[in-house]
Amino acid sequence: MHSFGYRANALLTFAITILALMCGIASFSDNFNSPSPTAQVQVLNINWFQKKPDGDDEVSLTLNVSANLESLFTWNTKQVFVFLAAEYETPKNSMNQVSLWDGIISSKEHSKFRIHTTNKYRFVDQGSNLRGKDFNLTLHWHVMPKTGKMFVDNIVMSGFRLPKAYR
Amino acid sequence: MDWQGQKLAEQLMQLMLVLFAAVGFITGYVLGSFQTMLLIYAAGVVLTSLITIPNWPCFNRHPLNWLEPSVAEKYPKPQPSANSGPKKKASKK
Repeated sequence: MHSFGYRANALLTFAITILALMCGIASFSDNFNSPSPTAQVQVLNINWFQKKPDGDDEVSLTLNVSANLESLFTWNTKQVFVFLAAEYETPKNSMNQVSLWDGIISSKEHSKFRIHTTNKYRFVDQGSNLRGKDFNLTLHWHVMPKTGKMFVDNIVMSGFRLPKAYR
Repeated sequence: MDWQGQKLAEQLMQLMLVLFAAVGFITGYVLGSFQTMLLIYAAGVVLTSLITIPNWPCFNRHPLNWLEPSVAEKYPKPQPSANSGPKKKASKK
């Protein structure tokens, strides 16, 4: 501590150590938040449902997604990434997951939303297994923090079924 | 900066940074604003730098009073003791 340079160095290292500690505690404080998000999805219409020339099934849906994700936001939340996935089982794969819609929520004010949309990404099966198929629509979210650990969770909504015939 | 001043500057630096960190964290947590925490802490770091880095007069209140050369010559210089030489050599082996 006997010269300007030594004092500046000591202060800087100590300040940055404490900053890292603060960020660590801020990340830890997210564990005290117990979120209770809600979500509903309605399939309003099956726009079309057909077999592509290469043999894979493809379906187009009109969806109504409403969700309240306000409780996911804490002081350490930068943004929340949400995506809606269709999940179903086929003889070949025990878990098929097709992303139909996604979005980035950048603030708590926008985290209670209702969206009326057709599927943003194509709902294509690997094969021809979709006729009469029961499937779940699952809303997944990734809570991206300003510092520290990312939280991942989802809500499963079951009881959806595709028609038995192409249309 | 004298010995006492160095001690004071170091303790002051550590105390102020910890204090600003605690105040910033609590304020940020209560207000739910990460940015507020960072701003308070940044202000604290700047203020601490200004107080503890420059060689202010308050860190020089206890100057060392060295003996005059003429006085020092009247007293024998401390000699290295006879045992220390061989011991050092033994330890090197």
